[in-house]
Amino acid sequence: MTRKPPEPVEVVKSRREAALARLVAGVPYIGFLGARFDRRGDELTAVLPFHPSLIGNPAIPALHGGATAAFLEVAAIIELAWSSQWQDMEEGRIDPAAETFPALPKTITFTVDYLRSGLPRDAYARATVTRRGRRFATVQVEAWQDNRAKPFAQASAHFLMPEP
Amino acid sequence: MSDRVTQAQAVMQSLPHAQSLGMIVAEMSAGQATITMPYDPRLIGDPATGVLHGGAISALMDTASGAAVMCHPSAPAATATLDLRIDYMRPATPGQAITARAVCHHVTRTVAFVRVTATDADESRPVAMGTGTFTLERPPA
Repeated sequence: MTRKPPEPVEVVKSRREAALARLVAGVPYIGFLGARFDRRGDELTAVLPFHPSLIGNPAIPALHGGATAAFLEVAAIIELAWSSQWQDMEEGRIDPAAETFPALPKTITFTVDYLRSGLPRDAYARATVTRRGRRFATVQVEAWQDNRAKPFAQASAHFLMPEP
Repeated sequence: MSDRVTQAQAVMQSLPHAQSLGMIVAEMSAGQATITMPYDPRLIGDPATGVLHGGAISALMDTASGAAVMCHPSAPAATATLDLRIDYMRPATPGQAITARAVCHHVTRTVAFVRVTATDADESRPVAMGTGTFTLERPPA
């Protein structure tokens, strides 16, 4: 019995990068915020490079709470959609050239806690899908800046999953 | 009092992120604020439907809530969001501006409590509702 040889690394990488890029391009608001996603295997880190338009309080100056909330929400949705489509993507059931974007989960509730003020520098976020059901999913997400052990905001969200 | 509101209104209108989202302070009075955000294709969350991203609506609701705190009669020197919970009841109708109305209904020495509602043109059916707590910095005595 012969085993299928493993795929060349370039093939694997380009498939995953194309799928991620397509997912992110499907949300214009991510471009407006200026956020992007770093990928290591299936692990995503959302990155929000600092830009003066993200400032809320010019006196401190601190990131706008709304920009922080939006960044966390984007990180949560992309993680949920990405991990949901991972299997289909790996098995070649998603056409990266398709005209339509995959349907995204819809936010039902979003609760954000502000732990310290956001500094005028880059921010990072990682989300964890705590529960994924057929209809509903729950995601937790945490954002930090200089120090991973000192998050400046965290959020918990419930999503309605797209119809299969 | 009205000087304070005018001042708070000018501050809210000058926030860089609020400006970049196109927010317009429609009304501010004692402990209440109404802020509008025009529809903008850059803020779309789902291109298939043109519906705005929840993040943009969260930012609007957070801003309106902070504004309501700033013009509370207790005259806070500054405020920052502690937490904000938002329930999204329905997608905002594409093409329509979103208006957030926030009421700072209670303050303690250190914390302000806010309720906020976001609507599109159909004001009878809110798009989202939220409750938040904000820090309250008292002016130096």
